[in-house]
Amino acid sequence: MDLTCDFFTLFRLAPRFRLDVAALAARYLELQNSVHPDRFAQAGQAERRLSMQWAARVNEAYRTLKEPLARAQYLLRLAGRDPEAASGALAEDTDFLMQQMEWREEVRQARQERSMAALRELRQRLAREVQAQYEALAARFDDEHDLAAAVGQTRRLMFQEKLRAEIDDALAFLEDAEDAENAGA
Amino acid sequence: MTLFQISEPGESAAPHEARLAAGIDLGTTNSLVATVKSGMATVLNDEQGRPLLPSIVRYLPDGTAQVGYEAGDWQAKDPRNTIVSVKRFMGRGVRDIAYGEALHGEMLPYEFVDAPGMARLRTCAGVKSPVEISAEILKAARARAEAHLGGELAGVVITVPAYFDDAQRQATRDAARLAGLNVFRLLNEPTAAAIAYGLDNAAEGIYAVYDLGGGTFDISILKLSRGVFEVLATGGDSALGGDDFDQRIFCWVLEEARLPPLSSEDARLIMVRVREAKEFLSRHDKAPITVKLSSGLTVDLTLDARTFATITENLVARTLRAVKKALRDAKLLPEEVKGVVMVGGSTRMPQVQRAVAGAFGRQPLNNLDPDKVVALGAAIQANLLVGNRTGEDWLLLDVIPLSLGLETMGGLTEKIIPRNAAIPAARAQEFTTFRDGQAAMSIHVVQGEREMVADCRSLARFELKGIPPMVAGAARIRVTFQVDADGLLSVRAREETAGVEAEVTVKPSYGLSDDEIAAMLKDSAAHAREDAQRRALKEAQVEAQRLIEATEAALREDVRLLAAEEIARIETAIARLQTLILGDNRREITLAMDDLAYETQEFARRRMDQGIQRALAGKRVEELARGAASAPPMPAEPSGAFAPSGLPAPSASEASASRPEKTT
Ligand SMILES: Nc1ncnc2c1ncn2[C@@H]1O[C@H](COP(=O)(O)OP(=O)(O)OP(=O)(O)O)[C@@H](O)[C@H]1O
Ligand SMILES: [Mg+2]
Repeated sequence: MDLTCDFFTLFRLAPRFRLDVAALAARYLELQNSVHPDRFAQAGQAERRLSMQWAARVNEAYRTLKEPLARAQYLLRLAGRDPEAASGALAEDTDFLMQQMEWREEVRQARQERSMAALRELRQRLAREVQAQYEALAARFDDEHDLAAAVGQTRRLMFQEKLRAEIDDALAFLEDAEDAENAGA
Repeated sequence: MTLFQISEPGESAAPHEARLAAGIDLGTTNSLVATVKSGMATVLNDEQGRPLLPSIVRYLPDGTAQVGYEAGDWQAKDPRNTIVSVKRFMGRGVRDIAYGEALHGEMLPYEFVDAPGMARLRTCAGVKSPVEISAEILKAARARAEAHLGGELAGVVITVPAYFDDAQRQATRDAARLAGLNVFRLLNEPTAAAIAYGLDNAAEGIYAVYDLGGGTFDISILKLSRGVFEVLATGGDSALGGDDFDQRIFCWVLEEARLPPLSSEDARLIMVRVREAKEFLSRHDKAPITVKLSSGLTVDLTLDARTFATITENLVARTLRAVKKALRDAKLLPEEVKGVVMVGGSTRMPQVQRAVAGAFGRQPLNNLDPDKVVALGAAIQANLLVGNRTGEDWLLLDVIPLSLGLETMGGLTEKIIPRNAAIPAARAQEFTTFRDGQAAMSIHVVQGEREMVADCRSLARFELKGIPPMVAGAARIRVTFQVDADGLLSVRAREETAGVEAEVTVKPSYGLSDDEIAAMLKDSAAHAREDAQRRALKEAQVEAQRLIEATEAALREDVRLLAAEEIARIETAIARLQTLILGDNRREITLAMDDLAYETQEFARRRMDQGIQRALAGKRVEELARGAASAPPMPAEPSGAFAPSGLPAPSASEASASRPEKTT
């Protein structure tokens, strides 16, 4: 095993989209337990450096495999289909883009009106939609093995996750503003 | 049970003997030293039996320094040369300090000298950087530990606020180096507290550590399970602590008593009284504040708990906002937290206790000494890292508090490693040139969450030169960020087009260059130049001995991973180094260490590989397959991995072409 082996091999998991999160977490701890720099505090310099590199690699692998979107992107990259590079794939998907713009407009409005209730409602709706997309994506990857379709789906999810992060940011911002007011600063 | 064997000065301990290690809590107000004795973590007291070492340094005209209580006695009499709360200046420029403490200029009687990078202070013993001042505190801590343990420390764990940025961490490391300490690890203060608390209480589940000290505030959310301390998120404010509560009372006093402008001496005197009143209020409803000023005026006021709570309300609120943010980052709700561990002297304030209880909907845990718990955790970790196994082993997984990135076109920040990423971390990103024939690229490394570079902390700037002539956008420059287990960053840039390579390695070191540190080391060894040389030789010898021991231990364990010829080469290198250690040629020792490191590189690789194979061999294959097939996908969570905004995502090539470089 060397530092450049892929994340699934490193974690001894099958390269699939559906994965056992508990097994992933357990494997993560086992790996860190054997490579973490704290285990090499008294070792020679070469070993200390290697340990840092390995621990960083294991962290990166864990982060990538844990998040479903990152995992999907990684699976596609392994298959030589970088979703970020597939420009234009979405351009034809005008329905989706229109819908995204509507979402965005709703978020903008809720933020402007400082309506946390509206933002929370949007967040929930989006979460349901995203969940359905991930389930579909899992089928593309693991059942149908249709990578071309997975690329499109993944790109959509990239938009939706971005949107979700924006809603979260807006919510956080409003919460903070509210707290600051309550503190009577 | 750990037994310490005391070795004569100059004689190196044999590998099987327990080696001396300590934990140091380098606090804003108070520092502490602790060690593990007979399997028990203990705080080391001074000769008068006092556990605290006040973080106060007073310089004298003869160039010497007093540290601790002795220096504290001079606070109001010699404020300019008596430095308190120096930790707040670590890794900070004059402008940061002026901004941070703007409202309270009266409180800072020092004469700041603007220097590139870090602010310095003019004292009667010369201009001092916060790193040197902190080093005085560390030297005192070291002396205390060595007196107790009867020998030289093999190394220490020093704690830093979790929210310390790279500049502040680097400054702390530099201070340790000046104090002649070998640092095994910089450990985050709340994580240290979690170790002490967790091991003591066999705690499992999600815990929060709320650490409000003299000058800093940290909140960390951890997952504790058997043998693992995993930090999920951290947050805080490295300029928020008891000092700010003091300042609020100070301002209140100025207003109530309608005081005219004060001398530094009087201002400091009031600060001392004000702090006493604050601490008194933790147990009483009212506190008298009586001060006789040098101007003849007398301040005679009474502060009640209600008023105190009111004038400090927004300080407490600031901590709660950080708590919320950390919980959000950890994707947890307050009710999912099983316990809140209170750390730091300032958590004794009743309004803080109430606020934390309110935020988490449960009474915080106060069953440990908020002053000592960080030092105890540091000692326990030091004992683990030095290799004095007590049978129990644990794994500590920590994170970086603030995102790391670099400047791209238009003064925007491009995040490379996001906040709360587990460390060690390494991540690379590719950039390209902006102009035809561009021969150099300037790289500006920053830390912070804001979009504009101007709002983030600038850590380092460097230039990658020697890019071969190419059309704009053709160069492929790979910038790699690496954060080690101390949370310290190093950055590398490299041009990767066919056959051409240029590489620069930068360690952002705030303000102090290696040369400056070397000069300070020489200064501190003072009068005799020889002293410094002897010390450097000694350091090399110790380091070499350490390397030999580590290599021999590795050979004992895993010699079968090597061919006879490889063993012979390593043994030759060891023997050579062993001989050189006895001599006094530092250069030769260093070179021989390099040789040995070179000879063992492949061995290290094989050992690491074996470790990984073993780690994975524990699980049965069917078990894995079953898990993978049956589990549903994880709930979707936001990912910061990619960020289209409103428009279709740019392709990788577009992205790198538009990402930019300011040429030189
Ligand atoms: N009884 C008390 N009531 C209120 N505040 C207190 C009390 N006891 C101590 N403090 C305050 O606690 C602070 C010192 O706490 P502590 O020793 O934990 O900080 P530190 O470790 O030096 O600082 P930091 O961790 O921020 O670097 C001081 O501001 C002090 O006034
Ligand atoms: Mg502290």
